[in-house]
Amino acid sequence: MDNNEINQQEDWLYSEIVKDHFFNPRNYLAEEKYEADGFGTAGSPICGDLMKVWIRVDSKTNKIIDCKWQTFGCASAIASTSMMSIMITENGGMDLEEAKKLNAEKIMARLGGLPDNKIHCSVLGHLALRSAIEDFLKKFAEHTGK
Amino acid sequence: MKEIYLDYAAATYIDLLVLRKMSPYLTKLFGNPSSLHAAGRKVRFAIENARIDVARILNVESKEIIFTGSGTESDNLAIFGTALANKDKGRHIITTKIEHPAIMEAVKRLEKQGFEITYLNVDSGGLINLSELKKSLRKDTILVSIIYANNEIGVIQPMAEIAETIREFRKNNSSNFPFFHTDACQAVGALELDVKKIGVDLMTLNGSKIYGPKGIGCLYAHKNVKLEPMIVGGGQEGGLRAGTENAALIIGFSEALKLAEKLKNKEFKRLKILRDYFIKNVLKIIPRVRLNGDLIKRLPNNINISIDSIEGEAMALMLDNYGIYASTGSACSSRKLTPSHVLLAIGISPELAHGSLRFTLGRKTKKRDIEYVLRVLPVIVEKLRKISAIK
Repeated sequence: MDNNEINQQEDWLYSEIVKDHFFNPRNYLAEEKYEADGFGTAGSPICGDLMKVWIRVDSKTNKIIDCKWQTFGCASAIASTSMMSIMITENGGMDLEEAKKLNAEKIMARLGGLPDNKIHCSVLGHLALRSAIEDFLKKFAEHTGK
Repeated sequence: MKEIYLDYAAATYIDLLVLRKMSPYLTKLFGNPSSLHAAGRKVRFAIENARIDVARILNVESKEIIFTGSGTESDNLAIFGTALANKDKGRHIITTKIEHPAIMEAVKRLEKQGFEITYLNVDSGGLINLSELKKSLRKDTILVSIIYANNEIGVIQPMAEIAETIREFRKNNSSNFPFFHTDACQAVGALELDVKKIGVDLMTLNGSKIYGPKGIGCLYAHKNVKLEPMIVGGGQEGGLRAGTENAALIIGFSEALKLAEKLKNKEFKRLKILRDYFIKNVLKIIPRVRLNGDLIKRLPNNINISIDSIEGEAMALMLDNYGIYASTGSACSSRKLTPSHVLLAIGISPELAHGSLRFTLGRKTKKRDIEYVLRVLPVIVEKLRKISAIK
């Protein structure tokens, strides 16, 4: 058999963008310490996905100026949290109200799509983000209340 | 890029010797074996010789060999076939919690149709408990199906003891029931295949794990076992599996089986050394790693580990990026989104089941391949643990 006739092409499981963010995740928290204004988690190790998100917020503009994260999960879980960290910090940072409205569909669109069975289990970063925003708002209220 | 295939339990290549024996039946020897003319008779002759060869290895009669389309089909035929043909004798079936999906899904379907299924527990090593089996046997038990060597963790069940337990029960009850079936797909090429020694009444084998072709399976069924066919038509395979026989696949399967038997002892020893080297070193090099499944009663080519705080699909894809092909019991790699039922059955946490990796060695595996994996794996683990939300 002529080897050249064999189709050697293959398709990766995910989009090129997912692949890039999986192999080169952005903004994950590698340091031991990070001074955050808000911290949140989502998911559970039992289900195979756990996300932690830390944010820093400019209290004057109410914009997210920095985001760090950690993820236990599959390639799309890692890539989607990485992408989310970019979406909320790019162009001078996302407004908190807008950030609360961030959802799986918007993250997925930026990733160039995900397989159907991955959407609900692995895109959880926005939920961790929401809990980080709540944490920030609670702390901020406590702080200003004093 | 270097390519290191360590997923032989998933699929093997076809050995060239096997392929050579198959190819005439894909081209010039194409007759229908049921035809009266010489073109058909030649193919019939080859098929029946292949059947005799398979029967000889299993130490059974050739008419007790049924060729099917896969291991899954053989498993389905064993379960549905005996259940439907013998349901007037009883509607109770015993199996284990660590069966292949081809058994699991079949008995679940029967459960919906009014059969009662007992799923035997396994211990932390993956072994069933003989006294639990003994206690589970009932007068209406028609079938016991227990996987010979598990496909995920490679654990080998005590077949002779199980068979003895069942025989004793039959004797005490002066009954022919229950029948004893085993899925032996992973056992071929490593373990005893003499049915008289294993003590089964039905046994599933297939081609794709033994350096033979895919799309071919075989079910041994003792001549006294009544079976209801799943596929009906022209009455081929003793009326138990209709459809024109695929001579190339049947011959490929028989040749692959013969070769696997011939190489068995030597390969067993060679692979076991590689396996033990892998296990010993991976546990030493990587912190917070555990071996899944019994260390001793284990296939010589199976390594199944769980790595704490990282997920299996991510690891498998990073390994893939280094040209290392392995698999995982994580939910993320399955269509079901639940982690491996086998790993949960041996009592490990869902988190560790998600973090499992299976490496299965084969005929082309060399020590340097294992050494390469042992260099790459710690790098990947460190990278993913850095990202992980579980510390």
